[in-house]
Amino acid sequence: MNEEVSSTEVVPVPGRAVAVPSANRRSERRLGWMLCAPAAVVMLAVTGWPIVYSVLLSLQRFDLRFPARKAWIGVDNYATVLGSSFWWNAFAVTVLVTVVSVAVELVLGMVIALVMYRTIVGRGLVRAVVLIPYGIVTVAAAYGWKYAWTPGTGFLTRLLPAGSAPLTDHFPAIGIIILAEIWKTTPFMALLLMAGLALVPEDTLKAASTDGATAWQRFTQITLPLMKPAILAALLFRTLDAFRIFDDIFVLTNGAQNTGSVSLIAYHNLIGGLNLGIGSTMSVLIFVTVALIAFVFVKVLGTSAPDAGRR
Amino acid sequence: MDRTAGGITRWSLVNLLVLLYALVPVVWIASLSFKDPSTFTDGTFFPTRWTLRNYSGIFDNADFVRGLGNSIGIGLVSTLVAIVIGTMAAYAVARLDFPGKPLVLGLSLLIAMFPQISLVTPLFEIERTLGLFDTWPGLILPYITFALPLTIYTLSTFFKEIPWDLEKAAKMDGATPFQAFRRVIVPLATPGVVTTAILAFIVCWNDFLFSISLTSSSRARTAPATISFFTGSSQFENPTGSIAAAAIVITVPIVVFVLVFQRRIVAGLTSGAVKG
Amino acid sequence: MAEIVLSGVTKRYPDGTTAVQDLDLSIADREFIILVGPSGCGKSTTLNMIAGLEDISEGELLIDGRRVNDRAPRDRDIAMVFQSYALYPHMTVRENIGFPLKLARMDKAEANAKIEEAARILAIEPFLDRRPAHLSGGQRQRVAMGRAIVRNPKAFLMDEPLSNLDAKLRVQMRTMISRLQNQLGTTTVYVTHDQTEAMTLGDRIVLMRRGIVQQVGTPEELYDHPHNLFVAGFIGSPSMNFLPADISGGALHSVLGEIPLSDRMRRALEAHHSPDRVVMGVRPEAFADASLDRRREHDAGELRFGGRVEILESLGAEKFAYIDLEPGTVVDSEHLADAFQGHSPGHRHAQIVARLDPRSQASEGRMLELEYDPASIHLFEPETGLNLTEHV
Repeated sequence: MNEEVSSTEVVPVPGRAVAVPSANRRSERRLGWMLCAPAAVVMLAVTGWPIVYSVLLSLQRFDLRFPARKAWIGVDNYATVLGSSFWWNAFAVTVLVTVVSVAVELVLGMVIALVMYRTIVGRGLVRAVVLIPYGIVTVAAAYGWKYAWTPGTGFLTRLLPAGSAPLTDHFPAIGIIILAEIWKTTPFMALLLMAGLALVPEDTLKAASTDGATAWQRFTQITLPLMKPAILAALLFRTLDAFRIFDDIFVLTNGAQNTGSVSLIAYHNLIGGLNLGIGSTMSVLIFVTVALIAFVFVKVLGTSAPDAGRR
Repeated sequence: MDRTAGGITRWSLVNLLVLLYALVPVVWIASLSFKDPSTFTDGTFFPTRWTLRNYSGIFDNADFVRGLGNSIGIGLVSTLVAIVIGTMAAYAVARLDFPGKPLVLGLSLLIAMFPQISLVTPLFEIERTLGLFDTWPGLILPYITFALPLTIYTLSTFFKEIPWDLEKAAKMDGATPFQAFRRVIVPLATPGVVTTAILAFIVCWNDFLFSISLTSSSRARTAPATISFFTGSSQFENPTGSIAAAAIVITVPIVVFVLVFQRRIVAGLTSGAVKG
Repeated sequence: MAEIVLSGVTKRYPDGTTAVQDLDLSIADREFIILVGPSGCGKSTTLNMIAGLEDISEGELLIDGRRVNDRAPRDRDIAMVFQSYALYPHMTVRENIGFPLKLARMDKAEANAKIEEAARILAIEPFLDRRPAHLSGGQRQRVAMGRAIVRNPKAFLMDEPLSNLDAKLRVQMRTMISRLQNQLGTTTVYVTHDQTEAMTLGDRIVLMRRGIVQQVGTPEELYDHPHNLFVAGFIGSPSMNFLPADISGGALHSVLGEIPLSDRMRRALEAHHSPDRVVMGVRPEAFADASLDRRREHDAGELRFGGRVEILESLGAEKFAYIDLEPGTVVDSEHLADAFQGHSPGHRHAQIVARLDPRSQASEGRMLELEYDPASIHLFEPETGLNLTEHV
């Protein structure tokens, strides 16, 4: 009917450009800057300087237990960290946890999203209850999982052969870490995917139906492609989020049996070892890795800048 | 959609599975918290002997009570500040045209994706130098920072949903810019601000890493971190009951928020994401 | 009640684009004036400048003789109805209508009386305590009108107020607005992109294209005496038929055949350096089915031409016959592209459309002979679009 947008009723007239913005626009600019300034200053102050500072720290030998030996040592810390099997083990654990949990969350999250979106009974109840794992404090949930798998105490260990203590074995422990991570964050994934489902027009699905597509064909040929942006955004956020996994591992194993993530061993180097040089080096490496992941998502997979992190 | 009896039964069954998924682990912690300490090792899902001793125990524990107070206080202050400055920035991002806008959005996005551990090391050292270590402000600052991106994105989406024409209409109806803001924009933005505040509070309440790294005593340590220091020696041999009870205590307020504001939280969480 | 004068008003954006250029317009007290044109013609910008929602880059805006360029909207005493209605969703209908009065700090009882009065005029009394979300489109539109009339402003500004309504409701509301304006006698500036609305509502029409006024006049003037190709194409539905034509040997040559130049045409052409190519335009309603002409006095000057009817649309009171023309007879002009916004002029105008009497026996696929008066032919200069027959 009316495709008009009044503010774009504009016609270029060559050679009549006006360089000086009107007073109105100048005041709009000033107001914009003033309103954004506090937020920008806080964000820059709390992240900007620390990042620079951590790069500086990473180039020094700086162990709080031996402050006298503080010295600039160039990239030695990087050589130490990158030459350490602890680091690479933690890196492998982090990647494993990230890949497996995000992959499972995508599938499970899609199933839950479809249930929340399509269910014909108790929709409000389902949507509300699904939010509980999202809302629960990660540490609280992690203790629940810990006790569930503790021999004697846990109802889940009773399902296992007598005498097994899964949290004390490398792979079972990682499995439990992944389980805890998946349980907690799948609802968030499901919500993002549900928002994506809402982007698929009902009429398009109906049209596909009349064209003879089965339910599965409609899902794979229509729904999934149309949801691609939502899926990529959800994957990006969850990947970056999973990569910084800390709370679950801290509670479940605290890194025992080589189950520490990169965040956890960086923390141990800092708080346990009070080694600021090595801790900072790891911080920088983690930061760089996260940046690389984000870059790959944005450039290679073509995710456009999605919404800010909602944990 | 098939609303037949069969369809309803099928969907009810599917819903039940989803509900079990979400609830079993929570019910497990709750039932653990009600178990009599002597029955912890019986391995049953539900308590065989119910007790409230675990709860009375943790509320007798000065550290935990302090931690809870810290969590509430630090969470509220951080949320309040983040909402106030985040609202200003979000309004600017949604409504005004100024150079530097992409910068603000870019910075927010960057922080949203930022690994917290990368900040912990330098902040640990910086805060010790500045005397912020183990204080409320020492935690409030990073909390505000990590709550801001969410606040700015969510609120700017809410602001964008308020049609421009309403402001124009108010002006035509004789309102001053302030009256237009106060009588039209504020009432319409309030639901969005409330939702965002809840989400920001959850972010702060949920934090663990900053709290265990940037505190060294119960002065500023928040509840989740306090729980991880439970040893059990003060009350019982085994901290299981205390930890479970404390876990439930810090979970209940969030669960209540989430259930009460379910619709808005879903809208808030997904508001901008779909455009991604 | 007010007189509104725009003189030399120009709107230029910081990026150098000009939305409105050098607009002169004098709107009389109690006048109902329509700003019409395709998307991007500057009509909404003009309205916003009158409202005070956009700054005027150059020129003057006078309301009742006072320069108001720098006054805030609230100091201009003008009410506006928005396309989106812009009802405040958090207020009831009563509060929406009463909002301007509340801002003016009017006494409660007095305000209530005015609200009731406005609601009565617009027949929205039953909904006064509802929220806009619970109203239909037509009801919302009337609430928006109510908010405008309640404080008895100097002028109404309406920005496409009917374009979100369905066709039937739009016709109803159109008559309601017309009646209301007659009753209240308030100066009204009304923006639309719909030429039917423009023709039916306005005392005068201001037709704009690309920020520039093309013609100002009564609906009849614009219809009968279009200044240029754009105006001719924009006003009238279905649009005027346009055909390329050559002039040689004292005759006009087009697919309609050879037409001897009348004195009127000859004078028009001579006044413009006797071009040898023109665009000829004939309105669909200028044609008549020649077979029905028997009873009528046969005018020796009538022209005839025949063609095969491709499509026949019968609307009961009238019939439209679409007669196919050979390819290559399409007038390709920027002016027309603007006038037919969004439609591909190429396809539509490879045809002649004729509006026929319902008694016509024409049928699809059959030949039809049409006749028309040479006086109904407009000749346009192809490049500038100027109507030669109107500028002698």
